[in-house]
Amino acid sequence: MNLRKSLTIILVGSLYLMSFSASAELSIQITQGSDNPIPIAVVPFSWQGNGVLSEDISQIVMNDLEQVGEFSPLSRSNMLSMPSEEQQVFYRDWRILAQDYLLVGKIDRTPGSQLVQVQYEFFDINREIKLAGEVLTGSVTQLRDIAHEISNVVFEQVTGTRGAFTSEILYVVADYISPERTNFRLEKADYDGQRAQILLESVEPIMSPSWSPTGRDVAYVSFETDLPRIYIQNIATGERSQITNYPNLNSSPEFSPDGTKLAMVLSKDGSPDIYVQDLTTNQLTRITDHPLIDTEPSWTADSKSIVFMSERTGQPQIYQIALGASSFEVERLTYDCFQCLNGMFLPDGVNLVHVRRETRQDPNYQIAVLNIETLRVIPLTNTSLDESPSIAPNGSMIMYATKFNGRGVLDAVSIDGAVRFRLPSAQGDVREPAWSPFLN
Amino acid sequence: MTKQSIQTIKMGLMAISLFALVACSSTSDTEEGGMGGEGSSGSDSSNNGSARTNAGSTSGQLTQEEIRAENALRQTVFYFDFDIAEFKPADRETLSFHARNLAANSSERIRLEGHADERGTREYNLALGERRANSILNYLIVNGASRSQIEVVSYGEEQPAQAGQSDSAYSRNRRVEVVAR
Repeated sequence: MNLRKSLTIILVGSLYLMSFSASAELSIQITQGSDNPIPIAVVPFSWQGNGVLSEDISQIVMNDLEQVGEFSPLSRSNMLSMPSEEQQVFYRDWRILAQDYLLVGKIDRTPGSQLVQVQYEFFDINREIKLAGEVLTGSVTQLRDIAHEISNVVFEQVTGTRGAFTSEILYVVADYISPERTNFRLEKADYDGQRAQILLESVEPIMSPSWSPTGRDVAYVSFETDLPRIYIQNIATGERSQITNYPNLNSSPEFSPDGTKLAMVLSKDGSPDIYVQDLTTNQLTRITDHPLIDTEPSWTADSKSIVFMSERTGQPQIYQIALGASSFEVERLTYDCFQCLNGMFLPDGVNLVHVRRETRQDPNYQIAVLNIETLRVIPLTNTSLDESPSIAPNGSMIMYATKFNGRGVLDAVSIDGAVRFRLPSAQGDVREPAWSPFLN
Repeated sequence: MTKQSIQTIKMGLMAISLFALVACSSTSDTEEGGMGGEGSSGSDSSNNGSARTNAGSTSGQLTQEEIRAENALRQTVFYFDFDIAEFKPADRETLSFHARNLAANSSERIRLEGHADERGTREYNLALGERRANSILNYLIVNGASRSQIEVVSYGEEQPAQAGQSDSAYSRNRRVEVVAR
């Protein structure tokens, strides 16, 4: 665990932040819970210092665990005791409350510094053993980071899957000021919408944010020159550079998972095709060559193939092509939909998340998962304007854009469709979520 | 994107009654087809209120052909059917006037801004908006305009003309706007 190191990096990075806090924070609303969640007790962490802490660590952990659906945190008012360390834990107190797991902790000032140290301990009630525990140190402004780190540990201990609670999201907000003026903002926030920061503002559209695999940079499309062009921006410093200036459409930037290349869509040669730019040599390679629309590139995990949408058979369907292959060596992945768009593989490389319109008559667009081996399709959403799916770095959830009461909002759904939560926004259309890779 | 007028103004030729008379008596469907779509209103904000005659017409009297050209050039928004990238056949005559105007005024520059309604993915709509603009671009070139006079840009679904999820909003949003540069 390298929290201390990573927190230091966050702290240093924050000094250089060009961005500032967005006025309206998003906050999560659980719209559908799991049928059979795991009971867990998260006891309020004791605080030994003076004053009131700005963040409630145990509440943040409870929210994290509840949002992803696998857990059902015990209400504080039902707790029989409030232990903050191992000696105070009586397993019987928790067994009679039918709890499977228990998290306790305490927060102290670090002597002689402005830092706080957070000690947590995590127990299996049934087996009466301590599963994990450590002391994390950070500044009081990093209590949220510390809480999310603890959530990661709990999640991984129980599910065996790495937690994604310290991940972040990028998204675009469009604020309609008047019929002639819309303000577009590229924002970054914690995965739960908290601590939103503005990375870029423009009166011209901003589209298609994409994380670099290190989480250091974002690529996006901005119309600030009156034409869609691709830019890469350092998230911490705000330093940015224009990457493309080809004629016609420049869109859909996607970093390869190994970070060496940027896939994109250019129509400089007539119609939109997929291209790959090497980020070291700047060499541009054409990947697809078809007179109809090819767009929405995404990478396979090995950075060797690109999944994309093409109209080559008349309607949008999803295809895959290997880098270096002839533009004829294209494998078609979807068949059973009127339109299948915006495909991307889950980390398993077998399940393809995509946007789907079943029939010509019914123009509803929904998020679904296709297993390309069994060809089984699992619909994940049932609203009509769902788009821009983005996969959590641990593959457990998908965030996507939809409409609610006529406004663009971000929803997330677990990969089995069982759990949903929404990040409501104060104003404007929120769209195009991009879930970060693991950031530490 | 300042919306400059496409044409310089020459006053006194737009007798509205005359316009109405011609529109009513015309057997062509230019105007109706051009305004197209359930949601179109007669007062689209991006239509220019100004126009001028083509070079050569100096007297106050306009021929029927000239009046038709005036009216055609005042139409700067062309609407598209859902899922369709080709402009409506009813707009062909109007676009022919635009092409001839460009051919006759080689210094004139326009921008074709393609748009889509919000259904479908954003990237697909960005590409679709470009195809719509290109369908008009190609027609203008075939009919005499020069490629260098025309810039094409697609905004996809990013700049709707009308907010909301109604069919009428959608039909107003599937459009190509001709903007003078």
